[in-house]
Amino acid sequence: MYTYIVKRMLMLFPTLLGAAIVVFLLLRLIPGDVCLLKFGGEGGYVDPEQIKMCQLRLGIADPKVSQFFSYIGGLITFDLGTSMWTNRPVTEEIAIRFPLSLQIAIMATLTSIIIAIPLGVISAAKQNSITDYLVRAFSIAGIAMPSFWLGILIILGLLIGTQAYSGVPWMPPLHYKSIFVDPAHNLSQLIWPALATGYRYSAVATRMTRSAMLDVLREDYVRTARAKGLIERVIVNKHALKNAMLPVVTIIGIEFAFLMGGLVVTEQVFNLNGLGKLFVESVTQADYTLTQALVMLVVFIFVMVNFIVDLMYAWLDPRIRYS
Amino acid sequence: MKGLAPRVVTAVMGAGLVIGAAIAQAATPQKGGELNIVVGSKIPSYDGHIESTFGMIHPIKPFYSGLIRVNPDNPSSPTDFVCDVCAGDVPEGTEGGTKYTFKIRTDIKFHDGTPMTSADVKATFDKIVFPPDGIASNRKAYFKMVESITTPDAETLIFKLKHPSGTFIPSVAMPFNFIYSKKDLDKHGYNWHQKNVNGTGAFMYVEHIQGSHVKGAANPNYHHKGKPYLKGYTALSAPKMSVRLQAIRGGRADIEFRGFPPKAREDLVKALGDKITVQESDWNCVLLVTPSHKKKPFDDARVRQALTLSIDRHSGSKHLSNIAIVKTVGGIVFPKHPLATPVSELKSNIIGYSDDIKSSIAKAKGLLKDAGQSNLKFTLLNRGVDQPYKVVGTWLIGQWRKAGIKVEQDVRPSTPFYASLRKQKDFDVSIDFNCQSIVNPIADVSKFLPTAGNNYASFSDSELEKTYDRLLQTADVDQQKTLLRQYEKRVLNDLTSQMITMWWYKINPHRSYVKGWKIAPSHYLNQSLDNVWIDQEEKKRHGL
Repeated sequence: MYTYIVKRMLMLFPTLLGAAIVVFLLLRLIPGDVCLLKFGGEGGYVDPEQIKMCQLRLGIADPKVSQFFSYIGGLITFDLGTSMWTNRPVTEEIAIRFPLSLQIAIMATLTSIIIAIPLGVISAAKQNSITDYLVRAFSIAGIAMPSFWLGILIILGLLIGTQAYSGVPWMPPLHYKSIFVDPAHNLSQLIWPALATGYRYSAVATRMTRSAMLDVLREDYVRTARAKGLIERVIVNKHALKNAMLPVVTIIGIEFAFLMGGLVVTEQVFNLNGLGKLFVESVTQADYTLTQALVMLVVFIFVMVNFIVDLMYAWLDPRIRYS
Repeated sequence: MKGLAPRVVTAVMGAGLVIGAAIAQAATPQKGGELNIVVGSKIPSYDGHIESTFGMIHPIKPFYSGLIRVNPDNPSSPTDFVCDVCAGDVPEGTEGGTKYTFKIRTDIKFHDGTPMTSADVKATFDKIVFPPDGIASNRKAYFKMVESITTPDAETLIFKLKHPSGTFIPSVAMPFNFIYSKKDLDKHGYNWHQKNVNGTGAFMYVEHIQGSHVKGAANPNYHHKGKPYLKGYTALSAPKMSVRLQAIRGGRADIEFRGFPPKAREDLVKALGDKITVQESDWNCVLLVTPSHKKKPFDDARVRQALTLSIDRHSGSKHLSNIAIVKTVGGIVFPKHPLATPVSELKSNIIGYSDDIKSSIAKAKGLLKDAGQSNLKFTLLNRGVDQPYKVVGTWLIGQWRKAGIKVEQDVRPSTPFYASLRKQKDFDVSIDFNCQSIVNPIADVSKFLPTAGNNYASFSDSELEKTYDRLLQTADVDQQKTLLRQYEKRVLNDLTSQMITMWWYKINPHRSYVKGWKIAPSHYLNQSLDNVWIDQEEKKRHGL
């Protein structure tokens, strides 16, 4: 087991290095730079001298090879540099947004688990019944409906509904307050995006839970349990569910990692100051240092979540032995 | 029923406008209340001297004063400037218009308690006009006429100019010229203000959470007595237009200062009725068409003239203003400025401005035939932003089609768009724009100079340069007008080096309890917020 963990940890480095090279090269393929945007983005007078000074200061004019080694050197020493747009440390920019993204990811994951596992199990246990059809329709709708679109509907629904009910339209707050500082404000802002993303996320997990359960329920040991006279609830909950969880855990893990940096549009719709919105801003502002750091952060989260999921396999299925 | 909705919206909106104006005139400002603003752009740094985005001006300007500013009671006038930290009226030039003596107020304090003197104002303008090597100053070029800045005493500041200039006073009034403390510049250096705030403005810095919001609290020692009226403000970052719109509708924000398209105005008025006041104004931003003269066949003036002749600006103004933030037909000068050429004169003197579009299109076809370009095809480079770029770009393609010109649109995100327009200059024809803060026609039209850093048409013309040099060096308004007419004809007629499409139109719907703020011809202007107040009774009526 320990050898496996060490091997997996060592695999992290080439993965991160590969991602670092790809993101560095891809960003440099896009024409233009942050200085052109900063000094002329709004159509006013553009002083070429100022643009040149900015490019020199930010190292954009340096040879690409020297930029690359400086970037890799920074990664090795855990110095992610400063944002080219705000001139503030990248770690500071990320630290401001990280708690919000983490909270949304946790809330959406919990929403998803609460919805997906019971529905998936019920749907499998009552295969081809009305309940099964309803659950399948519900989950297909969730997969088909983009979470940002659902988000827009939620906001419009809140505005129209509250205006019709109380005469005063209401929408979620626009700025974030920690749950430890103002829980009511925090939840009234984040519950909606968590529901919008959690629903889509749950739809995928519901379908996965259902098909995994159907497979397990056809296993010999389940038939044996039934032959022994065990009641159906015990068979499903104690014998089948745990074994059906392997693919579900994988899906939940990957989706969690995706939520940490991938809520690009949903964060825009709800005006959430999270990592997804920061991603969009950094790309549109050609802020290389910030984009590179964010990509590396998301890659790191993905790798770590996959690693944790792999370790959970052994707990869920004792037949799996990594040694 | 279908036709009724727009009429109702217009009627309610009109009522909102009228009621808003009447209340603003009649009511006495009330103290207290917090203003919530939504801002659609991000703050790069707090240093006005190096930044150029409204994303910085809207949240940060209230912390700072300027030497002079647009009159907050009459911001729609492009020529009405008043003292901010100076005393009395804005001075007239003496010694043939080459010397401006400002009397500086002595009762002003920075937020850290340091008294402000003329030395602070001098240090500020020294940084802007004569920055040391390696120190950025984004508006240095506006002050090329300044020879020296001196302070004979703590209350006097003198600008000595190399020659008289019609651009000097508007340049001083630019909202980016934040007054900094000399002490801060000496002690902390020229980059300190990028991350720190210490001004003399109506509000004091409370907090800034990157990407989220900026908070300001009223400055009890503000130098315009009795102001500000607000207890404080919060500028909330909201890059998506739909979020800003819904924020006003949902009571999370009271106002947005940049402006909304017509449809958004109608949606808000429809949802909130007389709880919305709408202010509208011509906007000192214009969309241009820039052909690359180094590319065939756009090196031929006849082809460029055919392009401008095919554009029906008058009907475009009528129809596009229903869906986009463009409206006003004008020449190269902001149409509401006294130096601008009136539309009647443009119609008779400038090609492409005639009412008779059929005859213009016939002329355009003739010119293309003469140039051997009857089957002209080209690609229009455009910026991937709906308002107004993509809307106007699509409309232009339709206009050109009427003259038999086939155009494809290459829409790119801002970064590659700027790279192509400004760096590589590899386009056939591109959408371009000129968007300024203060209305400063003589400085603004420098955009059309072939040697200007922001002219991307790739051509040269010594006559244009000579006319502009003469324009720069005269303070006589009549002479300025004559020279500007010559310059405009050279740009739009003889060379057709670039083409004007339409000037932008600014629409600011806001909650009707927000009083005292008056719309200006630029989203950068009148943002000190010291005149703004909240009508608390009216706010209660909104259920907020």
